[in-house]
Amino acid sequence: MTALSRRDFLVTTSAAAGLLLSVNLPAAAAPPSASAKGFTPNAFVHIGEDGQVTLTMPYVEMGQGTYTSIPMLVAEELEIPLGRVRLEHAPPDEKAYGNPLLAGVQATGGSTAIMASWKPLREAGAVARTLLIKAAAEQWKVAPDTCHASAGEVLHMASGRRASYGALAAAAARLPVPKDVPLKDPKAFKLIGTPAKRLDSGGKVNGTAVFGIDARPEGVKVATLAQSPVFGGRLKWVDDRAARAVKGVRQIVRLDDAVAVVADHMGAALKGLAALEIQWDDGAHGQVSNGQVVRELEQATLAAGPVAEQIGDAGAALASARTKIDAVYEVPFLAHATMEPMNCTVHVRPDGCDVWVGTQVAARAQAAAAKVTGLPLEKVVLHQHLIGGGFGRRLEVDGVTRATEIAMKVAGPVKVVWTREEDIRQDMYRPYWLDRLSAGLDDKGRPVAWSHRFAGSSVIARWLPPAFANGLDPDSIDGAVKLAYELPNKRVEYLRVEPPGIPTAFWRSVGPSHNVFVVESFMDELATAARQDPVAYRLALLDKSPRAKAVLKLAADKAGWGGNLPAGSGRGVSLQSVFGSYLALVAEVTVAADKSVRVSRVVAAVDCGMVVNPNTVRAQIESGVNFGITAALYGEITVKGGKVQQSNFDDYQMLRIDEAPSIEVHIMPSSEAPGGMGEPGTSAAVPAVANAVFAATGRRLRKMPIDLSRA
Amino acid sequence: MSLSVKVNGKKHSVDVDDDTPLLWVLRDVLGMTGTKFGCGKALCGACTVHVDGVATRSCVTPVASVGTSEITTIEAVGATDAGARVQKAWLDVEVVQCGYCQSGQIMSAAALLAGNPSPSDADIDDAMSGNVCRCGTYPRIRAAIKQAAQSAARKSQGG
Repeated sequence: MTALSRRDFLVTTSAAAGLLLSVNLPAAAAPPSASAKGFTPNAFVHIGEDGQVTLTMPYVEMGQGTYTSIPMLVAEELEIPLGRVRLEHAPPDEKAYGNPLLAGVQATGGSTAIMASWKPLREAGAVARTLLIKAAAEQWKVAPDTCHASAGEVLHMASGRRASYGALAAAAARLPVPKDVPLKDPKAFKLIGTPAKRLDSGGKVNGTAVFGIDARPEGVKVATLAQSPVFGGRLKWVDDRAARAVKGVRQIVRLDDAVAVVADHMGAALKGLAALEIQWDDGAHGQVSNGQVVRELEQATLAAGPVAEQIGDAGAALASARTKIDAVYEVPFLAHATMEPMNCTVHVRPDGCDVWVGTQVAARAQAAAAKVTGLPLEKVVLHQHLIGGGFGRRLEVDGVTRATEIAMKVAGPVKVVWTREEDIRQDMYRPYWLDRLSAGLDDKGRPVAWSHRFAGSSVIARWLPPAFANGLDPDSIDGAVKLAYELPNKRVEYLRVEPPGIPTAFWRSVGPSHNVFVVESFMDELATAARQDPVAYRLALLDKSPRAKAVLKLAADKAGWGGNLPAGSGRGVSLQSVFGSYLALVAEVTVAADKSVRVSRVVAAVDCGMVVNPNTVRAQIESGVNFGITAALYGEITVKGGKVQQSNFDDYQMLRIDEAPSIEVHIMPSSEAPGGMGEPGTSAAVPAVANAVFAATGRRLRKMPIDLSRA
Repeated sequence: MSLSVKVNGKKHSVDVDDDTPLLWVLRDVLGMTGTKFGCGKALCGACTVHVDGVATRSCVTPVASVGTSEITTIEAVGATDAGARVQKAWLDVEVVQCGYCQSGQIMSAAALLAGNPSPSDADIDDAMSGNVCRCGTYPRIRAAIKQAAQSAARKSQGG
């Protein structure tokens, strides 16, 4: 049996896909476009009789540039300048805005937005254009094919007549919506493929952009909270006398496993929180530690697991191989540490509820509030916001649930804001994974056997249970199966092992965040064992994967691979084919006398198919690479006594500007369908850096984060 | 007891404890949400404002300690020469991604340029390493600061 790849999974689990786009940028609330007068041929496009074009965005903006690249898709087909569009966030509505690549969940994640939008959103624009042309042709009593659309107008060249979209909106709205419309030939693209400026920048440089944490409904109170520091613990006892005496503190809310201080402002809420005396009942997980988690993974991987991929006979090939290499790899729990701490504002009334939040899963957020309040879904109004960093954290709705529980006990709206300490200690973490690998080489050093068995949490099993089948899920194995390399005998096994009490979640680059590190580090080990250059060794395995081969060659060329570097420095390479995109990185590092590692330069070559916005592709590689370097150098959440030991940016460090490398991005021209770009840089960066440290020091790093002082 | 603060040229009277961090006076009392909360401990720079032109972490600055000083926030920094140049460069270079940290980044950069018209890379490191960007926009922040510095140089040369 072979496992489903991400793409297969996407195709086979596609729900009926409709797409809509909606966000008011920068801030002010506007009436829902669908109810406004004008032309609304589908869930994404609305053209008012005043000519205002409003696009409802099915995927939410969290930095990845989707509020620019998706409008580009629609504007291209609709024949309007990008500057003419107004954006709205989509309301919760899985029928209209479900992600066809994530089983119809209304979710922004998995680097899927452009892949999921490529056809439906161009169609949304093309349908609107077709109907506007038809409306004009009927008015002018000419054949539609003698008219064309340009810059927000329909023109009839022969007679010189022209009509604006606004003037045609009412007539177009009366026409039946066609099922199939022709899309533009990519050769005729005017907007797609050009470096368009982001549409969301203005409000983000002058303070007017509104994130969830900026919501201020009339009469809002501000709350902050302490949750059981031990996973699954309960509130035993709290003395709130001193807290209630703090000026501005209005109320102390007790929940089974948390206490919240409600105040006029966050300053008072924090002061009140510090004044609380709390005792917790630790419950069943008071002794959980990293050591226990690792032992369970080590134990689990001693036995065979469900087979994710099998090619040839890895066992037999390994037994007869000339050289055999074994290794054990480990990656730690990681927190998301979005710059915008977790927050959610909720107003619960007997007859309804409003929720103000930035979420990657709008419909699930609405459902979470409905569940806590007992209200029907339609009584819960979700106000979507710009997201101050998602990285998978806001694919979860635990924060909405918690804020609604608190709001149930507060009269009027309450904004619940996590402290940074709560944000890090009460996160849902990138899973800890442990991998055992074995490979066999022939007399030329070529891999004739590859065996990869690993264990860790399955986020999919909780987040999308139907996609977890036969002990496997498509995300956990992504980046370990269907490698670009020719491996004649290969076996990949995955064992789901959930850590006791520790919640896990998607984290930027998801399954590949782990698998690409392991595979690309181990591939480097094979090159070393074969006494071959890491790039040349890989290239020899890529004859059947021309796109992978091309990006690897390009990255190596542009990086000056093989050129001299000073002592203490080294170059490392990585290659991956995940999220529908091919990416090769070369990282240069310098290791100082104190064994600290500095990444000085990263060269990227990417083939992500047809490029919608090259600005975004570059920006996302820069972003993903720095996110990955942060993880490689610093990222580690540890658990002791059932509690997370890290708490803020002093002990859970982020890469800073003085440590950030120069990053060069080279984009391969391609006419293939677009791939995803939000995450690839992250998974690719970790092994490139680790391999560079090996080149600089001879130390093979099989455990992240990098710590050369560790034995 | 009521305290007086002067923000973006306008005086406000606020009724909060003396030790209330300036950040929460700005965000929750005055409703100026452009200044962001990131860590509460001066570790990330998201809350950076100018106090008499000096980049200051408002999350650890007691409101009473500010006295009669002039507080400038992201909402008004564009009215300063350095602030306007920084904002323009931020747009030209396409710095922002999620955007949450950028108010603080811009405030730090504007303070840097106001005091040092042509910062070196080391100067940029010194002034900006207190500002975390989780989206990793650092290469563009550096490029934008250099561009903003050059735009001032051209202006002063009459170019």
